[in-house]
Amino acid sequence: MSDRRPRTPVRTLLIALVLCVPPFYLDAFWLRVGLFSVAAAIGAVGLSLLSGTAGQLSLGHAFFLAVGAYGYTWLAGEPGPGLPTAVAAVLAVLLAGAAGGLFSPVAGRVRGIYLGVATLALVFLGHHVLLTADSVTGGFNGRSVPPLRLGGFGFTAGEPELTVLGVPFGAEERLWYLALALLGLTWFTARGLLRSRPGRALAALRDSETAAAVLGVDVARHRAAAFVVSSMYAGTAGVLLALAFRRIVPDYFSLALSVDYLAMIVLGGLGSVAGATAGAVFVTALPLLLSRYADQLPLVAAPGTADGAVGPTEAARFLYGAAVVVVLLHAPDGLHGLTRRLRDRFRAARRSGPGSGPHARPSAPPIAPVRPEEHTP
Amino acid sequence: MTGLLDDLLGGLALGAVYALVALGFVVIFKASGVLSFAHGSLLLFGGYLIAVLHDDLGFAGALAVAVLATALLAGALDRLLLQRGDPGPGAAHVQTIVTIGVDIVLLTELSRRIGGDLLPLGDPWGDAVTGLGPVTVADSRLAAIVVSAVSIASVFALFRYTRWGLSLRAAGEDVEAAALMGVRLSRVRTLAWCLAGGLAALAAVFLAAFPAPGLERTTGQIALKAFPAAVLGGMASPVGALAGSLLIGLTEALVAGHQSELSLLGEGFADVAPYAVMVLVLLVRPTGLFGTRGAARV
Repeated sequence: MSDRRPRTPVRTLLIALVLCVPPFYLDAFWLRVGLFSVAAAIGAVGLSLLSGTAGQLSLGHAFFLAVGAYGYTWLAGEPGPGLPTAVAAVLAVLLAGAAGGLFSPVAGRVRGIYLGVATLALVFLGHHVLLTADSVTGGFNGRSVPPLRLGGFGFTAGEPELTVLGVPFGAEERLWYLALALLGLTWFTARGLLRSRPGRALAALRDSETAAAVLGVDVARHRAAAFVVSSMYAGTAGVLLALAFRRIVPDYFSLALSVDYLAMIVLGGLGSVAGATAGAVFVTALPLLLSRYADQLPLVAAPGTADGAVGPTEAARFLYGAAVVVVLLHAPDGLHGLTRRLRDRFRAARRSGPGSGPHARPSAPPIAPVRPEEHTP
Repeated sequence: MTGLLDDLLGGLALGAVYALVALGFVVIFKASGVLSFAHGSLLLFGGYLIAVLHDDLGFAGALAVAVLATALLAGALDRLLLQRGDPGPGAAHVQTIVTIGVDIVLLTELSRRIGGDLLPLGDPWGDAVTGLGPVTVADSRLAAIVVSAVSIASVFALFRYTRWGLSLRAAGEDVEAAALMGVRLSRVRTLAWCLAGGLAALAAVFLAAFPAPGLERTTGQIALKAFPAAVLGGMASPVGALAGSLLIGLTEALVAGHQSELSLLGEGFADVAPYAVMVLVLLVRPTGLFGTRGAARV
């Protein structure tokens, strides 16, 4: 892997440049799809740290997204303290972390599948609070989200009017760059964390709790810490989602959302930052694209047509439910493992010349997704 | 006083139904280490079959077909999907997530068919009530208690007196040792899934019967409340699941009965009370009430 190292910064820069282009060519619909995907990616990376690296199953991610989204809306809005929006955003992320910390007595001691069920409680209790605490959350109808302002620059259309290279920059265009910056930050911190001492301790914990404890890893503390960090990523994603939605309602933050996030990281390949991002884009963009192009697709009816037909939402859910099953049965290490194996095969084919390609690939057995290899970029 | 008795009986009936579902979770978990997230949709599948078939076959016939079909579906799910995956060390986790995928597909199809309707199951109890001393109870609730008690007793007898039960308990203790003693693990597993599926279909009847308005597409979600019940009991313990279910059922009924005094907790707190109880119990005993802390050998 060391032979690729010098190229990595160049590649990263290239990807970043390419990602800066869309606002100039795509309309608001595509930018919104992108925004939701990026927000989901940030949350999914957080969940991937918890489930893929620490081996803890969590179904409570929707709750922490909600804490981030509602935390920002309340802190920055009326009724609420009405803080400067930038401060509110940072505080909302910290609030999500604190909520994760409050749950850590359970998260630190309860293992694997048990934690999955325990975190179900968070989603249901959280949803109940969102519905009943009217003064903070606006109840069933939710609240509208105050737009973010940094100094004199607002992430809305016309504050100030901004036209770059002949393209008017509205809310979507501006939020796109904010989302990109946050995604970059997420990637940077998450990959650093995975390769740091605590990251290695978590991987050891996942592989064998006993062995890790013997080596001096404080089991409960590390588990709890992983949970807090994962909640903070979820909080960040929540703030971004709130900004993109402009209005948040309790029903969005349901168990189905938690399951979506789990599906994202599983499809992408547990424990991989790039995989979580790819899974997030797939799961988020699929239903949006299907409903947009429903009339051009065979077998899919436009939304709101006669009952009995398969609508776009249903088609999307069929597709991704089936994708979860198929991916796990045939490539338990997800998209991440799949691309790595393809790459290995491609390289081996190139090295050993044409003809002997497919047979010369190193026999990398599909590893179980709960214990993926440490990956280097 | 009668209010309290009402609540207790209602809670008992509710707990008995949860126990049917929770017992399914526990049997599956003991046999395969998998937490079945597909259980809600299996339950809905059973209920839907009864709703569709009861006109032609009568209630009893529809129930029999539904229980059998759901058992077969659950068994097939295990045989055709779960057991085909890589049987490595993390397999149970992977399979747990596979059940989520299955649940998404199954639930989407069933909710599409049910739509916004409330389907009657044609059960013989209707909205009749019986007077028991000072309280009146819905017949469906009495039936729930009786049927659940009988089914649960039969399941316990299966555990205790049949070869399959012995194999299941052996596999739950130590998979490798059981395999070496000649236990056919995959057959034990598949039968466990079938049993759990049948129990879920049975539970669907009582979840959709009076006082519930009928089978809705959200009926399957009620099965999720059996999760806390199973976890409270310690996941691998059938007795624990029974105790956990009764605790959850009683809590829910009592909170609902005292809604006005608990207005501070908000309207509809009864629906989420089981989860609150679970968190409290897990704080004190992370492995559940009847769970044992396994010793790890290195």
